[in-house]
Amino acid sequence: MNRHRWIPRTLWVLFALLGASHAVRAGDDQRGPSVALLPKYKQECAACHMAFPPGMLPADSWARLTSDLPHHYATDASLDAATVSELATWLSANAGTYKRVREAPPEDRITKSAWFIRKHDEVPADVWKRPAVKSAANCAACHTQADQGNFNEHTVRIPR
Amino acid sequence: MTDSILIRLASATLLAALVTATQATTPADLQAAYSALPATPAVPDRGQQLFTNRHGREWSCSSCHGAVPTHPGKHASTGKPIAPLAPAFNPERFTDAAKTEKWFRRNCNDVMGRECSPAEKADVISWLRTLK
Repeated sequence: MNRHRWIPRTLWVLFALLGASHAVRAGDDQRGPSVALLPKYKQECAACHMAFPPGMLPADSWARLTSDLPHHYATDASLDAATVSELATWLSANAGTYKRVREAPPEDRITKSAWFIRKHDEVPADVWKRPAVKSAANCAACHTQADQGNFNEHTVRIPR
Repeated sequence: MTDSILIRLASATLLAALVTATQATTPADLQAAYSALPATPAVPDRGQQLFTNRHGREWSCSSCHGAVPTHPGKHASTGKPIAPLAPAFNPERFTDAAKTEKWFRRNCNDVMGRECSPAEKADVISWLRTLK
């Protein structure tokens, strides 16, 4: 028995349109992030956390972060001056400039950006606390292709 | 000039030479260089104590590296995997003097609120080298 027989044809068309526009939006997630990562950025920053796509923060935020690495979110992430300067230059050149990243988020945290909170608003609170997730900064826990700069929601697998 | 200042100067010079002249090194060479500064032999047990105990702060070295770092560890706040620290289980460890200095500086600051002394670094490496 077909349970959906009562749904008018126009509704199906509407669903299809919604789905299509949703797919386009999800595809947008790759636009900012998919910059090839500077090897030094990967080497130094991804030693402790994922190499966050530079386009996810504005230049102001990156400048503040690179100017105070000895006090980096309560840890000492200090580097030699030459490396800091190389990273700062590259991050500034590749920082986010599009609308949603233009303003610096609170504490220069990607995870406190309005767009980040909005995009994750359907994730239940307990998910973030699971041992396999641990931190909202642990993108790769759910975004299975985060290390390739792909945050498309079709690649999301939330661990149990 | 006191003896301790002289020793500090000598140690700084020696390490600077080690860091700049030869990047590639071995765990044994690094331990020897650190031990030479205070001119006391390294004590593995002391290294283990330093490594596994907390020092008045939230984290110990073990918080991220594991109590016996022959297995991969996990960053205490980000969850990022950390390759084994014991050289027998990860031949890359303690083969780059600058990298070793960088991580001792950062991590001793995080764990102890200060940099580790050369003697403390020698103790830790000597203990890690006993893990087979």
